[in-house]
Amino acid sequence: MTPQPIVDARAIHKHFGALHVLKGVDLKVAERELVFVIGPSGSGKSTLLRCLNRLEEPSSGSIVVDGIDMLDPRTDINHARQRIGMVFQSFNLYPHMTALGNVTLALRKVAGKSRAEADALGHAALERVGLADRAEHTPGQLSGGQQQRVAIARSIALEPRVMLFDEPTSALDPELVGSVLAVMRSLRESGMTMIVVSHEMGFARNAADRVVFMDDGLIVEQGPPAAIFETPAHERTRAFIGQIQRH
Amino acid sequence: MTTWERFLDTFFNGKVMLKYLPDILSGMVVTIELALLIVFSGLAAGLALALIRSLAIRPLNWLIIFIVDLFRSLPPLVIIVLMYFGLPYAEVSPSGFVSTWLSLALVLMAFSEEIFWAGITSVHKGQWEASRSTGLSFGQTLMNVVLPQALRLTIPPLTNRTIAITKGTALGTVVAVTEILGEASSAVSNSYNPSPLMMGAAAYLVLFLPVVVLARRLEKRFAWKR
Repeated sequence: MTPQPIVDARAIHKHFGALHVLKGVDLKVAERELVFVIGPSGSGKSTLLRCLNRLEEPSSGSIVVDGIDMLDPRTDINHARQRIGMVFQSFNLYPHMTALGNVTLALRKVAGKSRAEADALGHAALERVGLADRAEHTPGQLSGGQQQRVAIARSIALEPRVMLFDEPTSALDPELVGSVLAVMRSLRESGMTMIVVSHEMGFARNAADRVVFMDDGLIVEQGPPAAIFETPAHERTRAFIGQIQRH
Repeated sequence: MTTWERFLDTFFNGKVMLKYLPDILSGMVVTIELALLIVFSGLAAGLALALIRSLAIRPLNWLIIFIVDLFRSLPPLVIIVLMYFGLPYAEVSPSGFVSTWLSLALVLMAFSEEIFWAGITSVHKGQWEASRSTGLSFGQTLMNVVLPQALRLTIPPLTNRTIAITKGTALGTVVAVTEILGEASSAVSNSYNPSPLMMGAAAYLVLFLPVVVLARRLEKRFAWKR
């Protein structure tokens, strides 16, 4: 691991009213690393991800991404978020715009590109996810897998330093999962730093550098995929791995 | 004279109709002016209130909700009468035209604020999150992502409400506005014949049927596949 992690989250706590969802989580991610976060539902993994770009406001702790203190009130959060791509379970494409419109909105409004520049970058991003020929389609005309790839293009067009994936394939029909995972794999090969919350254990096994197991708002253990999947140290990890592998 | 001829002579009397046609036409002009003023000012004010409400400033929202609920509950006629006969005591004397315009605009503002607000809140939270995660500000997200979707959802209820309130221009007769119904009813009392009322009804059809058809077209055009 490089001495200067690109994501450095420390002692993150998050309360939703009386509910204590994150109970002091530390997560460091090195540049070009792919970290896979697994755990039972309600363990806080999505909340942790959403705290990293401050879609969720942590109750306490510190988060530094690419040298920017995300929780400092003086930080321009809109500027900082351009460097942190996020892909959602439900795609969240803008239904009133074409695929290209979805990809170019932030380029024009946030990155300040002209329409021509934004269109060129947008086409390039769609090309990277294999959807160059779908630029003028609206989300309603695309399959779930294609929508999620457009959502990935929307993020990578801004050239983020880190990508967050929040259960990117959970809402997809099984036969469409492969196309999204293929795009994620090619992103990884291009050196993108990625934090992935997902149940795709096969993908975790052969693409992740590190697997983090969370339960009840805490990181229980972490390590290389082989170690976590074959020889987990904790009983809770063992139970979880056993459960998902039975399916 | 057969019964049918007597009916025609009473309700569609050619001589009476010809005589009062200019009055009805000038009534139509007044109704159109009033309607356009009400629609534009009412919808603009309603949208402005809904946008302010989305900023989620508590005391401001309480005030908006109070105003909106007030003007949604009061009968428009009461507001018109209060404004025309009551405001002069506060040293402001709006004409019948202005009283009708402001009253109905306030009512349309109240109803359209609720409709715009419902449209804004019905846009999925994920749309806000996706937009904000790419660095768009609250305002940019509202204008570029949320509002375009909200407006499409609001077109059907909004056109209904707009048409209903615009027809309320007929209430202007009570404060001496010479719009269609006002002209028609004074023609009826001058001619002792209800034919001008039939012309008035025809005038409303000529004005509002195209609006209804246009509204339906808009609804179809702005629908999109999910």
